[in-house]
Amino acid sequence: MGRMIDVPSDRGSRPGPASTGELNGVLKSRREFLARGMAVAGGAAATGSALAAPLEIPPAAREMGRPIPEAMYGMPSKFEAHVARRRTDVLKNRQNWSDWSMTPLQHQPGIITPNGLVFERHHAGTPDIDPKTHRLAIHGMVRQPLQFTVDDLMRYPSVSRFHFHECSGNGLTDWLKPASVTVQQTHGLLSGVLWTGVPLSTLMEEAGIDPRGTWVLLEGADGAGHTRSVPMEKVLDDSLIAYAMNGEALRPENGYPVRAVIPGWEGNVSVKWLRRIKVGDQPWHFRSETARYTDPMPEGKWRQFSMVMECKSVITSPSGGQQLKGRGFHEVTGLAWSGVGKIRAVDVSFDGGRNWREAVVEGPVMDKSLTRFKIGWNWDGAPAVLMSRAVDSTGYVQPSVEDVKKSRAIMGFVQHHNAIQPWSVNEKGEVRNAIGQA
Amino acid sequence: MPSAKLRLLAASTLAALVSWGCAGTGGGMAAKSSTGIPLGTSGPHAVQPLPDKPRFGQPISENELLAWNIDIRAPDGQGLPAGRGTVAEGKKLYDAKCLACHGEDAKGGSVYGTMVGGVGSFVKGPRVLTPGSMYPYAPILFDYIRRAMPMDRPQSLSANDVYGLSAYLLHLNGLIPADATLDANSITRVMMPNRNGFLVDDRPDTNAARCMTNCK
Ligand code: HEC
Repeated sequence: MGRMIDVPSDRGSRPGPASTGELNGVLKSRREFLARGMAVAGGAAATGSALAAPLEIPPAAREMGRPIPEAMYGMPSKFEAHVARRRTDVLKNRQNWSDWSMTPLQHQPGIITPNGLVFERHHAGTPDIDPKTHRLAIHGMVRQPLQFTVDDLMRYPSVSRFHFHECSGNGLTDWLKPASVTVQQTHGLLSGVLWTGVPLSTLMEEAGIDPRGTWVLLEGADGAGHTRSVPMEKVLDDSLIAYAMNGEALRPENGYPVRAVIPGWEGNVSVKWLRRIKVGDQPWHFRSETARYTDPMPEGKWRQFSMVMECKSVITSPSGGQQLKGRGFHEVTGLAWSGVGKIRAVDVSFDGGRNWREAVVEGPVMDKSLTRFKIGWNWDGAPAVLMSRAVDSTGYVQPSVEDVKKSRAIMGFVQHHNAIQPWSVNEKGEVRNAIGQA
Repeated sequence: MPSAKLRLLAASTLAALVSWGCAGTGGGMAAKSSTGIPLGTSGPHAVQPLPDKPRFGQPISENELLAWNIDIRAPDGQGLPAGRGTVAEGKKLYDAKCLACHGEDAKGGSVYGTMVGGVGSFVKGPRVLTPGSMYPYAPILFDYIRRAMPMDRPQSLSANDVYGLSAYLLHLNGLIPADATLDANSITRVMMPNRNGFLVDDRPDTNAARCMTNCK
């Protein structure tokens, strides 16, 4: 199902430009579409010609469906099985415990990512933690060290907030030339979630912060004991201890039973499986904030504590690996977000950035949340290069890679890639990653 | 009804402004932490007023948290435990517990790339990231090995083991001699090549214009 012809990687083959198998896959489904299209859409076209054969009564209308089981967690249709998180197919790790899997943004309408598709990044795999035995401790420079059970945390007045969640390494592999085929691979370390939990400020207040306490350590209960230092101002501003996402308990891979949510900041400061919060008067400089998650800068330097995810957008349909279903109308749509506020506007270019048109930004438009944009496009069959550019509520305009290159070193593990993503469309309607080429 | 909601929003914005002085005012990433880290801006958050301040935390003592309290503040080594280990002891442990994944002499193995070398690789690239080339402070190595390694049995090593393993890896990186012993004091004094390699976040660092026609 989709407005585009299937993405080859959705069928499980390794994406890569035009290997024979993949090409066959595309052509096959294209033939299928054409055949089906003749029967259904063809007749409805402006020609007004009569259908060759009338529509038949579909089999589902002639039999009983599945009965309602006594209890069951509902799953997507079996016909949607290709919509799945996928590991990176560019930077393959030699083990899959400290690894990541990505959200299929090309299949996500709206701004909420279903829980089974929220991206993962762990450093020692997914633990299965019993909420009955889990404890969260707050200590260090506080008046009274405290421990909480998960039930304790759930008794506090709760808040629910929509926020985007993005890994600092989103876009890691695609700066100067295309490495990824699909938007899942270029931008899939991104998800939109309605988090529910307790404002961290409530708990910090209860423990009583020493006025000299300016930094907070967050530590996970997983095998990596993942740890980050976060400034107290951010902790007290809008950070949460979350126990639910999108209307149900956190999924194990997203931090069950409790995690930190640090809105608008790089994903890995929102420490999962949170077991400990310690207040200090300076950052700790863990491996995860020195040797990793720092940005290469000119002259061999590294930018540290770069935690805000800056304003960014990407067109999710049409996007890499897809193929337009013919000339004529296409709704071009994508996601925009900013770690420093709301999305004010999104512009779309169809000619590689020469001319731009303002897209419709669909509400709700929320602080540090995924925001959907849409714009109609009549494809005339000529090659085109599509790209989107977001502006946030501070007036910051999403940069191009050229803009970013002026201040940062684009080499190796480049983080915080918020530059414009171009997609090229050829005469056949095939959409390709055009990073570095437009 | 809407007015009550508005009042709640206004009250929480005001509270945020009064207590943190930086929230809700816009102005890009101008808001900075007391230590100069860009914080971003924050919209108003509706938070229920807590007239009765429910308190559900159970008091706990630092003593009860001893086994969990494993973080090390890397610049001054605060939190480093008593104990000591030599390069030779570290090599023995390494060969038994780490080599399978990290390879002979930590030069890269079945699971992970090299943990030696890379000093001087950052200017021209490709940048080779190892504890030797990347860590600004040696206690980071202790903190990380103790909490996360060996990956198949984290938090199984004694303080002496971790000092020895840190010593071995630092020696392989040419940063301490073959006969060195490390403890809380000496590991903090190891001079790391990337000590001054970091800049604090100074974004926004781009200034793109919102050009609409004939932009290229
Ligand atoms: C089962 C495989 C495995 C074993 C056994 C193992 N490691 Fe690791 N090690 C890894 C992986 C994978 C990573 C990368 C983890 C990450 O970045 O999230 C890693 C990372 C490291 C790092 C960080 C390197 C850097 O450049 O920052 C150090 C140091 C380290 N290991 C030391 C050890 C020591 C010491 C032992 C033995 C006590 C050990 N490891 C045993 C798999 C292993």
